[in-house]
Amino acid sequence: MNWLIAILQTTLFVLLAPLLAGWVKCCKCRLQNRKAPSVFQPYRDLLKLNCKQPVVAEQASWLFTKAPYIIFSATVLAATVVPFIAVDLPTSASADVIVMVGFFAFARFFLPLAGLDVGTAFGGMGSSREMTISSLAEPAMLMAIFTLTMTASTTNLSFAITHVLNEGLVLRPSFVFALAALTLVAVAETGRIPVDNPATHLELTMIHEAMILEYSGRHLALIEWASQLKLMLYGVLIANIFFPWGIAEAFSMQALAYGLLAIIGKLALLAIFLAIAETLVAKMRLFRVQEFLSFAYLLGLLGLLSHIILEAAR
Amino acid sequence: MSSLNWTEDFLSELSADMTVAESAISSDVTLWQIDNYAWQRFAEIALRQKLRWAAGWAEQVQDRFLVNACFEKQGKYILLRTGVDASNPELPSQATVYPAANRSERHTQDMFGIRFSGHPDNRRWTRHQAWIEHNYPLRKDFPVQGTPVGITAPDMHYPFIKSHGAGTYEIPVGPVHAGIIEPGHFRFQAVGELILNLEERLGYVHKGIEKIAEGREPESLARLAGRISGDTTVGHCWAACMAMEQAAGIVVPARAALIRGILAERERVANHMGDIGAICNDVAFVFAQMQFTRLRELWLRTNATVFGHRLLMDSIVPGGVACELSDESCTLIKKELVELKNELNEVILALDLNSSLEDRLYTAGFLSEEIAAAFGTVGYVGRASGQDFDVRRDAPYAPYDQVTVKVALENQGDIASRLWVRYKEIRASLRLIGEFIERLVDGDIRTEWQTPSAGAEGLGIVDGWRGEIITYVRFEAGNKIARFYPRDPSQLNWPALEKLVLNNIVPDFPVCNKSVNGSYSGNDL
Repeated sequence: MNWLIAILQTTLFVLLAPLLAGWVKCCKCRLQNRKAPSVFQPYRDLLKLNCKQPVVAEQASWLFTKAPYIIFSATVLAATVVPFIAVDLPTSASADVIVMVGFFAFARFFLPLAGLDVGTAFGGMGSSREMTISSLAEPAMLMAIFTLTMTASTTNLSFAITHVLNEGLVLRPSFVFALAALTLVAVAETGRIPVDNPATHLELTMIHEAMILEYSGRHLALIEWASQLKLMLYGVLIANIFFPWGIAEAFSMQALAYGLLAIIGKLALLAIFLAIAETLVAKMRLFRVQEFLSFAYLLGLLGLLSHIILEAAR
Repeated sequence: MSSLNWTEDFLSELSADMTVAESAISSDVTLWQIDNYAWQRFAEIALRQKLRWAAGWAEQVQDRFLVNACFEKQGKYILLRTGVDASNPELPSQATVYPAANRSERHTQDMFGIRFSGHPDNRRWTRHQAWIEHNYPLRKDFPVQGTPVGITAPDMHYPFIKSHGAGTYEIPVGPVHAGIIEPGHFRFQAVGELILNLEERLGYVHKGIEKIAEGREPESLARLAGRISGDTTVGHCWAACMAMEQAAGIVVPARAALIRGILAERERVANHMGDIGAICNDVAFVFAQMQFTRLRELWLRTNATVFGHRLLMDSIVPGGVACELSDESCTLIKKELVELKNELNEVILALDLNSSLEDRLYTAGFLSEEIAAAFGTVGYVGRASGQDFDVRRDAPYAPYDQVTVKVALENQGDIASRLWVRYKEIRASLRLIGEFIERLVDGDIRTEWQTPSAGAEGLGIVDGWRGEIITYVRFEAGNKIARFYPRDPSQLNWPALEKLVLNNIVPDFPVCNKSVNGSYSGNDL
């Protein structure tokens, strides 16, 4: 039964990811005084891409055609790790942040490789930028997560969330820092404005998009879906770690339904914040990204320090 | 008064080296004919006198090629001409003195087979693989339909500039781009993200405008001119009509001139609004783009209601204009002017107060005054780098001779400057449109066309929204065009782009490019 819920949770996670992307787009459109496409548009796009025949460059090796499946699977596996609507599922034994970061890194290993594989200038350019940014983003992310895990004395996400729930609403300076740091990292990792612009057509300014320029058809659909999953993952991570209230702690029908409603509400709210931020700022110069991520790292470090100084003694 | 002085000074300085045969082709433009050996020498003295090289073209008259160059100083234009023999067409290059003449001479070399000796870079420019070696399309013996032999071979071996050394790499971009823009190839040499060199390779939109213009009647040429570059349809059409009217000795009725002014300023406003939005979009500040696109769209819809065409195509015809402006339309336009001013006041605040936008636009894509002057850049590109020149003010033509044109000037030379010049020009244009409507007199909107004599020529110089447009027209017998050459402002601004991206990073190129926004079609002809 519990396993069933775990599988159900992951399936829901994967299925809802395009909806979140659609909702973000919808909010952005409204903020720009435009009519928005339906929130279900990403599903239609994925379906359309899936029906199209993928065109693969002649020079492409097996890596290029396999990478989308690897990337998608790795991201789905990462999604199984993150408690979505319930904690204490059987998967929580492996629900470790380090595991999740590992899955991300695994996907990230293949994406730039695939970008390099076809040998276009844009692919190489995008891959090099992606690696530069991720090498800065990963330490910052770990720093933010460690702040949290020090409070809960575990790197297990499920236990950490339960710990936060048991403690109740306590204002922790370390959490404020960690939240800020993780938000900045999430923006960079999911390729949102001001770090990257997911909607651009300008090849030379692209980071994530430059790597996947050569993809088409179902390959592209998988990669798009994987990035939508990643956006949702970060959203869920932020929502459930820092504001876990509402998540199902028992496996009754009612608790699970509340859990689902709670997380959908939280994500919808987060998406609105994201859309507002993306409307207010222009994309930053590429070389400012390091300052941006160094700042995230610094925030993570401050969180860690404030935990040690202010909270650990208690 | 000073303009008279400089030609006299200049002529006396020239007299030591060459003989200049002076004649007037119109009240504003004098034709100076010199011997071909003195071609380069003239340029050297002209540079010393701080003349701006403005345009260059050639034409075939029987078995001779006439080579022309147009210079400007303080609003006074000089048309310089020399002849070379078709059997051995060779001329000392002016591009050694004026970098602005570089591509123009390469174009002439490709189209006529005239060699420019000492040219710093005589690689082909417009010439592509569909033309067989030693076939020169603009010579009179070349058929209009060309000499197609099957599918054109791919252009594999264009000798691009190479860079060597550890860590440098090349990024080829285009000619087909992801956005809905015209084709053009950009070759970057970069180390890391830093641009070491950019080489433009244009010519993909070569349509043979100059060739198919030959033999047309005035009306038909005006239509063709309006299609040189879709966004400058009024500007090019006006320049072509002005040149033809000059050749025919026609004066446009006052009402028609005022309506032309309104049309040209409306075109400027529409394009500048589009550009400001597009610049913001390139740094992912989409809000501004959406607002400016909306304002531009409303503006274009008024064009459609009042003038019958969103982009105002074919509104200008030889001898006048094709569209009447009723009193109701005037009221509508005046109402729109007030509304747009209010809207702009609101939207521009959102741009001005946004620090993240400021961070992207200030100091990026810097074009120094010296380089801007050396390449003779015109329009907003020149004006953002301190080049204080505007045909409307410095060589005014009807209807601008009745009003004071305020030239927007900035001297920072960066993307932000080019954006603010555009904004100021919008404000100035809105005022001009209002003034033109106030001054609108009753009367004809078109005069009767008179067939010009064979060999009659004219030079139309107007300020399009991108800057100065120079159009040359020569008639042959029977009201037909013998030679048509339009010089789009982009031709002078494209080379400046190669310079202003240096020391910028690769991902900043699109916004640098958008801030210049050269026309591919207007450049390639």
